[in-house]
Amino acid sequence: MNNHLHHEERGLAADVKQTTSVAAEKCYQCGKCSAGCPVASEMDLPPSLVMRMLQTNRPENDEKLLRSKTIWLCLSCEMCISRCPMSIDIPKVMDFLRRRSRDEGKVTDRAKDIVAFHDSFLLSVEKTGKLYELGLIAAYKMKTLHLMQDVTVAPEMIQKGKLHFIPEMVKNRKNIAQIFKKTIKAKN
Amino acid sequence: MIKIGFYPGCSLTGSSREYAESVIALCEAFNIELKQIPDWNCCGATAAHNLDKELSLALPARILALAEQNGMTEIVVPCAACYNRLSVTEHTLNADEQLRARISEIIEMPYEGTVKILNVIQMLQKYVVNELANKIVAPFDHKVACYYGCLLVRPHEILQFDRVEDPQTIDEMLKLVGAQPVDWAFKTECCGAGFSVSQPDIVGKLSGKIVKDAVDRGAEAMVVACPMCHANLDMRRPAINSYLKTTIDIPVLYVTQVLGLALGISREKLGLQRHFVPVKF
Amino acid sequence: MSRIGVFVCHCGENISATVDVEKVAQAAAGFDDVVHSVDYKYMCSDPGQTLIKQAIKEHNLTGVVVAACSPRMHEPTFRKACAEAGLNGYMCEMTNLREHCSWVHDRTEETTEKAIDLVRMLVEKVKNNKPLEPILVPITKTALVIGGGIAGIQTSLDIANCGHKVILVEKEPSIGGHMSQLSETFPTLDCSQCILTPRMVEVAQHPNIELITYAELDSLEGYIGNFKAKIRKKAKSVDHSVCTGCGDCWGKCPSKKIPSEFNAGLGSRTAIYVPFPQAVPNKPVIDKSNCNYYQKGKCKICEKFCKPGAIRFDQEDEIVEAEVGAVVVTTGFDVVKPEFFPEYGYGKYKDVITGLQFERLASASGPTLGEIRRPSDEKVPEKVVFIACAGSRDPAKGINYCSKICCMYTAKHAMLYQHKVHTGKSFVFYMDIRAAGKNYDEFVRRAIEEDKVNYIRGRVSTVYEKDGKLIVKGADTLMNGEPIEIEADMVVLASAGISNPGSEELAQKLHVSYDRYKFFAEAHPKLKPVETNTAGIFLAGACQAPKDIPETVGMASGAASKVAALFSQPELKREPLIAVVNRQMPPVFSSCVGCFLCETACPYNAIGREEIKDRNGNVIKTLARVNEGLCQGCGTCVAFCRTKSIDIQGFSNEQMYSEVMALLND
Repeated sequence: MNNHLHHEERGLAADVKQTTSVAAEKCYQCGKCSAGCPVASEMDLPPSLVMRMLQTNRPENDEKLLRSKTIWLCLSCEMCISRCPMSIDIPKVMDFLRRRSRDEGKVTDRAKDIVAFHDSFLLSVEKTGKLYELGLIAAYKMKTLHLMQDVTVAPEMIQKGKLHFIPEMVKNRKNIAQIFKKTIKAKN
Repeated sequence: MIKIGFYPGCSLTGSSREYAESVIALCEAFNIELKQIPDWNCCGATAAHNLDKELSLALPARILALAEQNGMTEIVVPCAACYNRLSVTEHTLNADEQLRARISEIIEMPYEGTVKILNVIQMLQKYVVNELANKIVAPFDHKVACYYGCLLVRPHEILQFDRVEDPQTIDEMLKLVGAQPVDWAFKTECCGAGFSVSQPDIVGKLSGKIVKDAVDRGAEAMVVACPMCHANLDMRRPAINSYLKTTIDIPVLYVTQVLGLALGISREKLGLQRHFVPVKF
Repeated sequence: MSRIGVFVCHCGENISATVDVEKVAQAAAGFDDVVHSVDYKYMCSDPGQTLIKQAIKEHNLTGVVVAACSPRMHEPTFRKACAEAGLNGYMCEMTNLREHCSWVHDRTEETTEKAIDLVRMLVEKVKNNKPLEPILVPITKTALVIGGGIAGIQTSLDIANCGHKVILVEKEPSIGGHMSQLSETFPTLDCSQCILTPRMVEVAQHPNIELITYAELDSLEGYIGNFKAKIRKKAKSVDHSVCTGCGDCWGKCPSKKIPSEFNAGLGSRTAIYVPFPQAVPNKPVIDKSNCNYYQKGKCKICEKFCKPGAIRFDQEDEIVEAEVGAVVVTTGFDVVKPEFFPEYGYGKYKDVITGLQFERLASASGPTLGEIRRPSDEKVPEKVVFIACAGSRDPAKGINYCSKICCMYTAKHAMLYQHKVHTGKSFVFYMDIRAAGKNYDEFVRRAIEEDKVNYIRGRVSTVYEKDGKLIVKGADTLMNGEPIEIEADMVVLASAGISNPGSEELAQKLHVSYDRYKFFAEAHPKLKPVETNTAGIFLAGACQAPKDIPETVGMASGAASKVAALFSQPELKREPLIAVVNRQMPPVFSSCVGCFLCETACPYNAIGREEIKDRNGNVIKTLARVNEGLCQGCGTCVAFCRTKSIDIQGFSNEQMYSEVMALLND
C-alpha cells in the first residue's frame, strides 16, 4: 500500500471535517462570507479568516480560533453559506468551534455575556421545559451582574402583558431532565 | 372546520403573545381550529444549537414526536425561529437513520418524521389566501416594508421557502389586502437575533440599519413573521434610535396583525396595544 | 501452419533494465509455431526494422510479434516494415513490454515472467490474424461550417483559400458573432469591428464560400467524407435577390421598441431589421414574433415603402440539402442570464450590467456612441465597480470552471472607462488575476499602475440600490477580510461564459459528445483539440469552452487545416478495424437474425440494414450491415449481438479467446 502518499490528518481542521463534514480546504478565500456577514466588523476574525486559519493547520492558529470572540458573535444567520460559491457550511463550523471551545474551557472573556445568556436560557428550559423569560433575565443578571440593564423595559413588558410571573411548565419534566442528562450534561 | 396542529413556542406565550393572539384571531375568522401539541416544550432556540448538537435536535424532536403521538400530520409554527429549528431537525433526522434512532432513544419516544411543518405564511397560503378577498372590510392602505429575516428563508436547501434573495411571498400576500410593499434592500439581513439581551448594542446597529432602510424607502410600517425580529425592531427601538442618533417611530406589525386589521378584527384582539412602538393605524 | 517471428526490443534501457529481454526472446523461441526469435536494442530504428524485414524473407514468416512499446507509438512503423517485406501489415502485432511491464514493475523474475506471458498471448493471437486492407472512402470536398462568428469566419476563409468549397450557416441575420459586438480588444486595444468587418466582407465575396444566414442545421446524416446536411433557412420575409438594402423599410417600421440583440438589450431595433450597420449581408429580415402584420394581421408598411418590391410576407421556411465531406462546429458561447445573480440585482437594477453590455456602451457603434453613460438615466457614472468571477468558479450555482476571458476583459473595461471618464473611479473585485498570455499580465499591470484602477481582492456579497446609488458590499481579503462598502453609479458583472442554448440539441444532431456544461467535447484534451469523437466533425472557438479571440482564431485555423488535410486526399483510407456482420452460404446468408439490438447499441449510428433478395426481388431476409465509413470499431455491437454474428476485424472473438487461452493454458 502506498501509505506514504496519504498524509495523516490531524488538528482542528481534521476534527471539523470529521464532525461536520465541512472540508476547510474547499475554501478558496474569495471573502464573500466576510463581505456579507452582518457582524463581520465586530469580529476579531472575519469568517473567511477563520477558514484560512483552519487551512494553515497550525496549533497556534487552532488555539486562536478557540479563544476568539468571532465564534460567539456568529449569529447563525446563514448569510455566508447561502451565498458561498463553494457551499461551505460556516455556521456549522462555528457551532463546532463553540462546543470545542467550551469543552476545552477556552471561551474568551469577551464572550462571557453571550455564553451567560445561552446558559441562562438552557437553565430555564432544563428546569421548566420551556423558556421562562422573567427567570431567564433574572438568571442572566445574576451571572453577568448587569443588574441595571433593561430596568425600564421589564416593567413595561409586564404592563403590556408580555412577562409572566409564574413559569409555564412542561408536565413531563422528568423527560426533559433526561434529555439534558443524556446530551449536554453527559459531556460537561 | 379545518384542524391543524399548533406549536406556539415559548415567545408566543410570553413576550410576543400578541403574535399568538393575532394568529388565533385570524384562524377563527377562517374557521380554522388550532390544536396545541399537548405538553410541548421549548425548541432550544439558538442557545441549544450553540452549545450542544444532540440537545439542539432532541428538544425539537420531542415536540414533533408528541405531535405524531397525537395523530397530527400537519403543524403550524408561527415563530420563525421555532419553524427553523423544527424544520432543520426534521431534515437532519430524516437524512440520518442512525441519528434518528439515537435521538428517539434520548427523548424516550419514537419519532418517524411524518409531520408536515408549516410556517405562518405557508399556512395562510394554504388555507386563507383564496378566501381573503371576500372578507376585507378595511384595506390596509399603507406602504409596508416586508421583513423576512434569516430564519424563514435560510437554509434554503432545507426550508425550500420562497427564494433566498429578495423573497416575495409576504409582499404578495399583503398586496391582497391593499398594502403597498416597498422595494428595499434589507429583507433578509439579520436583525441581531438572539443577542437581544446579551449584545443590545449589536442589535441596535443591525436592526438600526434595517429600520433605517425601511423608513428611507417610504414605508409606514414594517411587517414581520418572527417574534425575535419583532422584539429587536420594536422593543429594542431605544437601542436602534441611539445607534441612528435619531428617533424613528415606524411601527412593527406581525403579518397576521395586518391581515387581521384588514378583516376588521379589533385591535385588542390582535394585541396591537402590546407593542412598544405605538401602532397608530 | 503458421510461421511466427518474435522481436523483443530493449527500448534502450527502458525495458531491458527491468525485464530480462534475452530470456524473453529465448522463451518465445520455444513457443509452438515460433520459428524465429531475437532481441535488439532499438527495434524501431532502421537496423531494427531491417532485422524484421530480413527475417520475414529468410524465414518465410506468416506473422510477426514485436514486443516493445505502446502500439499507439509504433504500430504503424512495424506494420509498414512488414508490408515492405511483403507481409500484410495486419499480420503484425505489438505487445507493450514498456508501459504494461517494465515501467510499472520492479526488476524481478516475475516481471520477466509477465513479459513472457504477454508475448505468448500475442503469438497465439497473431496466428488467428487475417490479412486486412484499408477501407477506401470517397470524399465530398465541401465543408459545412456551423456558426458565423470569428471562429466560423476564420475557418471558412482558411478552407476556402485552400481551394475547397464551404457552406457557412449562421442562425442570425448577419455573421460577425460576439466579436462584432466588442469595443476594443485586449491586450492591444485595437477596434474589434475594424479588424473583423473586412473578414466578414471577404466571406461574403469569396467564390468558394456559400453564405446562408438566418438558417440552422436541421439534420446531419452520413459519415466522414460523405455527410448529408439538411439546412433550415428561416423565412426572411424579404427576397434578398431583389432587396437593395436601402433601409427605407426599417426606417418606416412602426415596431421600434424591440430590444436589440446586437446591443445586448441596451438599444432597440425594429421588426424588419439588419442587426447592425456593418452587417453581412446588409439586407433585412422580418422578425415575425415582433411584426405587427404577423402578430395582428395589419401593417405591411414596409411593403408599401419598399421600392424594389422585395417584401415577401408569404415566404416560408425552406429546407435545403447539401452534401459535405466535413463539418466544423463554431457556434460560440453565451453569457449567464439575469436570474443567475439575485444577490447582485442583475435584471432588477438597470445599472447593473454584464460585460457584454459594457462592450456596447464602450463601442463607437453602440447606443451611446462610445460614451460611458449608465442605462438608467444616461448620466456618466463617476464610480464604477467591476465584479470579476460573476458566476464563474461558483459550484453552488453550477459553474465550476473559470471562464478564462473575464480577467482580461475586466481589466480592459476598467481601462476603457478610465480613458473615457478621466475623473471617474473604478474598482475591480477579483479573486485571482488570470492573465496568462502574450502581453496579458503587462496589460493588467497597466490598468493598475497607469490607469489607477483599484483592484480589491474579494468577492462581492451583495449589491443593492439606494438613492440612485448602487451599494456594493464586499470585503478586502488582503486586509484580513475587512468589509468594504462602495457607493457606485454602475456595476459591471464579468458574467460567466456558458454554452449556447441549443448546443445540446445540435450535439445530438451531430452525434458528437458534449460535457456537463454542454460545451462540445474535443476528441482528446491535448492531442486532438479540434477533432470530435465523430470522424469528420471538427470544433473551433468558444463552443468547446470559453476562450479569447487569438485562441479562437488559432483553433479555427487548426480545424481548417484538418479539413484541408482530409480534402487533400483522393480517397479516405481508414483502418479496417471495424465491425463486420458474418456472411454464410445460402440459404442461411448470415447467422444474423435481424433483431437489430446492435442498431440500438451503436453510438455512431453505423448499423444499417441489408435486404437479401431472391431472383424475383422478393426479400428473403433482412440483415444488419455495418457502414464502413461510420464504424469506429468500438465493439459495443459485438457485446450486444445475441447470435455472435458481429465481429471486429483485428479483434475478433477468436483472436481474443486465443490470447486468453494462451494465458490460462500456461
